[in-house]
Amino acid sequence: MENFINDWGLTVTTFLPMVGVAVMLLIPKAQEELHKKTALATSLLVAVMGILILTQFDFDATGQLQFAVDHIWIDVINSHYAMGLDGMSLPLVLLTMLVVPLCIIYSWNHFPEPQNPKAFLILILVLETGMIGTFMAQDLVLFFVFFEVVLLPMFFMIAVWGGDDRRYASLKFFLYTLFGSALMLVSFLALYFLSGSESFVLSDLIAAVSSNGVSRTAGLWIFAGMFLGFGIKVPMFPFHTWLPDAHTQAPTVGSVILAAVLLKLGTYGFIRIAIPVLPEAAVEWAPWIGLLAVIGIIYGALGCLAQTDMKRLIAFSSVAHMGFVMLGISTLTDFGINAAIMGMVAHGLITGMLFFIAGSVKERYHTLDINRLGGLLIQAPRMGWIFGLCVMASLGLPGLAGFWGEFPAILSAYNPGNGLPVTTFRVFMVISALGTVLAAGYLLWLLQRAAFGTPKDEFAEDPSITDVTKHEWISWAPFLALIVAIGIYPNLIFRVTDGAVDASLDDCLQVNASELTPEQEEALGCASIYNLHEDHEDHEDHEAGE
Amino acid sequence: MTTQLLTLAFERPAIDWHAVAPELTLLAVGCLITLIDIIFLEKARPYTATLAGLGVLATAIPIITLAMDGVDRVLFDGAYVVDDFALFTKAIFLISGYVIILLSTNYVAEGDYWENEYYGLLLASLMGMVMMSSSRDLISIFVALELLSIPAYLMVAWRKRDARSNEAGLKYYLMGVFASAVMLYGMSLLFGVSGSTQLSEISSFLTNGNVSSVSAITLAIVFVVAGFAFKVSAAPFHTWAPDVYEGAPTPVAAFLSVASKAAGFVALLQLIYVGFHNQSAVYEPLIWILAAASMTFGNLVALKQTNIVRMMAYSGVAQTGFILAPLAVAGHAGLEDQALSAILTYLAIYAAMNLGAFAVIITLSRKTGSAEIESFNGAFRYAPAMTVSMAFFLFSLAGIPPLGGWFAKFEVFSVLASSDDVWGYALAVIAAINSVIALYYYASVARCMWADEAPENDLTPVSTTSSLVSALAICAIVTLAFGVVPQIVGRFADVTLLTLGG
Repeated sequence: MENFINDWGLTVTTFLPMVGVAVMLLIPKAQEELHKKTALATSLLVAVMGILILTQFDFDATGQLQFAVDHIWIDVINSHYAMGLDGMSLPLVLLTMLVVPLCIIYSWNHFPEPQNPKAFLILILVLETGMIGTFMAQDLVLFFVFFEVVLLPMFFMIAVWGGDDRRYASLKFFLYTLFGSALMLVSFLALYFLSGSESFVLSDLIAAVSSNGVSRTAGLWIFAGMFLGFGIKVPMFPFHTWLPDAHTQAPTVGSVILAAVLLKLGTYGFIRIAIPVLPEAAVEWAPWIGLLAVIGIIYGALGCLAQTDMKRLIAFSSVAHMGFVMLGISTLTDFGINAAIMGMVAHGLITGMLFFIAGSVKERYHTLDINRLGGLLIQAPRMGWIFGLCVMASLGLPGLAGFWGEFPAILSAYNPGNGLPVTTFRVFMVISALGTVLAAGYLLWLLQRAAFGTPKDEFAEDPSITDVTKHEWISWAPFLALIVAIGIYPNLIFRVTDGAVDASLDDCLQVNASELTPEQEEALGCASIYNLHEDHEDHEDHEAGE
Repeated sequence: MTTQLLTLAFERPAIDWHAVAPELTLLAVGCLITLIDIIFLEKARPYTATLAGLGVLATAIPIITLAMDGVDRVLFDGAYVVDDFALFTKAIFLISGYVIILLSTNYVAEGDYWENEYYGLLLASLMGMVMMSSSRDLISIFVALELLSIPAYLMVAWRKRDARSNEAGLKYYLMGVFASAVMLYGMSLLFGVSGSTQLSEISSFLTNGNVSSVSAITLAIVFVVAGFAFKVSAAPFHTWAPDVYEGAPTPVAAFLSVASKAAGFVALLQLIYVGFHNQSAVYEPLIWILAAASMTFGNLVALKQTNIVRMMAYSGVAQTGFILAPLAVAGHAGLEDQALSAILTYLAIYAAMNLGAFAVIITLSRKTGSAEIESFNGAFRYAPAMTVSMAFFLFSLAGIPPLGGWFAKFEVFSVLASSDDVWGYALAVIAAINSVIALYYYASVARCMWADEAPENDLTPVSTTSSLVSALAICAIVTLAFGVVPQIVGRFADVTLLTLGG
């Protein structure tokens, strides 16, 4: 068994959903019940595989790739089928495995128009393969393929099962992401050729770049290409405009998957590929990334205040929250990136949950217009309280998961990595801290308008407004439990991610020059860009000043 | 030299019968079809398509034996060469030809068109293409080109009671002849300057000879390339394509957009690689402009199309730009073979996905009786399998993994990115932006078919035929297989044209 998991675990996990798809293709469309069961069984099997992998995972070596497989895939371009799991990808893979079955359970009895569970569930399973594959791929070409596989099912999910404006939203989503990923692909290729790497495997590329070097200009351009690819997916300001449309128009389950997992593909790309491969270009870009992140935080929050549609509001809050994640990443420190991964998981759980609630509200009230809602706590008290909990979690209340995503990210900006302008990042820190105040503002205002007060007349006597149903309980309970559990014991995540983040970062970014002997410093051979000595003096100045 | 030849008694050059077996098989089947038509008249009609299909498959046998043999065969003093390049492209032509026959089977029979003649001409045209793969001499290239073009002029006008088909045929003929003339003029200049029609000799003249007439050579290359740019419908020589595709019988449009285009590329590759390989200063900028213009222009105009066949025509122009792109850096040292295999890979994958898209269009048009994109709205309700396959082909054309098209585009990007010069990168960025523009119209069609309401809510199923379904299955399987295991096509496309060119 151990051997099987070791050699085949990741492959089976990734492609198991495709087996489910193959089975479902053979079942006639009319047997809806059977389709639902097959899809659920498949996604549960994937989750079981996830648990098996978890039991075999060596938590003392999270920095290393575990269960790694590496075979030649496309000989002519030196691309490998290289998969692996480390502490950075594990939380996100598990999140995916959790979200998919819960989404299937949630949609059990209420598939959005025009129904057709067969097609809908097949798309969800294809999505699952794409998402898990992206988090596990260790070869850039393979990563690119999985990264793109995700687009098609999401496009169809929005285009077919979406809201009134689905035609526009689905294409916008697709075009934005493809634009980024096309340039990202060019970057990958340029990186491969300029570094003279022997394959597209990430570890080979990192080794090739550090030994052969890539010229500064080329590095900056390549990083820019990747930045577009990942940044659009995150989405970062000013590339975020696809997100509110896609979220608003997508069916509930689509929004949940989009928020919980798809957005993370972008941030994951930064920490898995862009920063480890091109640390020096990352240092030069980081202040700009930080700037866009902070703009995103404030802009997203202000956007939220202006929304009248609940789903759109949550979508804009995603822009703000992903801003915190990106701020953590832009510090290029161990601390900041750990916070970012925590932020991704927390945002996945919390915003996923908020979209679930928005979907359920829409189903009961047939509108998401905040001005028409109200009194949820009276009409559906349990749902109202769950909503309240999620709002609190989202605004970063200590003791719930959201706090551990935001607070450390803000804190990490106080002390960015070597070579980054300290003052600038401290300004970012202050502005982003203001962002949390705005977040509290728009979220509490949302809660107040939607859940407090008395129901509006048009809905007061509506018998269809029921409290949380059985399916909703089943699909929500794990989310809520995790939000609380991670909130109380954040080490659940930090313990897993820390080793991997530390291993992925270039030593020069983190090292404290004053503690190094000259020999050690020479052995590291840090480029001047890291400003080891100036930075060090800078720190001392600040410390003296305080 | 000519006078010498005249005075000698004609002596048959040695013929390697194995090497020319594919051409002879096609010829034999073509003759057989004509004979059967003369002898059995109407009675033979139902069997013609099958016979033609079997003939094409039979032609594949000598190709396989030649490939297993693995020896490069040179005939007629180097005018005709059977090497890996030739075999690979012949295989593309034959497989596309077979799929076209499957697509034509019911279309031609139900339209009550002249079946025997149709298949006879189709085989003749295929034979021209198969010959093109081996032609390494200006004369054999020209003969092959005319052999593949003239039947195509006729086939375009096959729906002779339809004015548009006649118009298309005439347009295609006039433009084609004009292009041939331009090309022939270029060839005559080449011959005049170098004193030989053989590409390898032209090449060695251009390398070693005392080239005093640079302008004549430049002019010659520009004319020859322009002539083939017409054949592959590269902008600005693409204007015939939309009208001809729309007017022609749809299977013929598929034939033109895949096989005929590939033949143009094969000729272009041979001319550039074997003939003027060291003239990269002339052809690289030329191809760069053609590629950038084709991609951008084709895509932008395709956005506005309401007729799917016209859209496919413009999408074909854009795809031509992609296929041309590696040639724009093919003169860089060390990139020659990589660019060649990128183009061949693209041609093979493009054949599968484009034919697949046409197969769906032909099938759905049987019900809708129209090629307007609107008429395909809501097809997901009544023809889910067709709609899913169409999505496959469209997104493959757009280059979305895991469908074949991504690898084709990937190879193109990969060549451009490894060129390590600004022009290469610039073209890569243009290509990247264009692949986004292209996605808009491909995805729009997919979205109409999936999400919109069927016109008049007519949900009666489409009637398919076994030959259409098999054509579709071949294309779908190949498209997916090329995407998931690109090694299949990558390995065969890994050929060279330089060893014999010298």
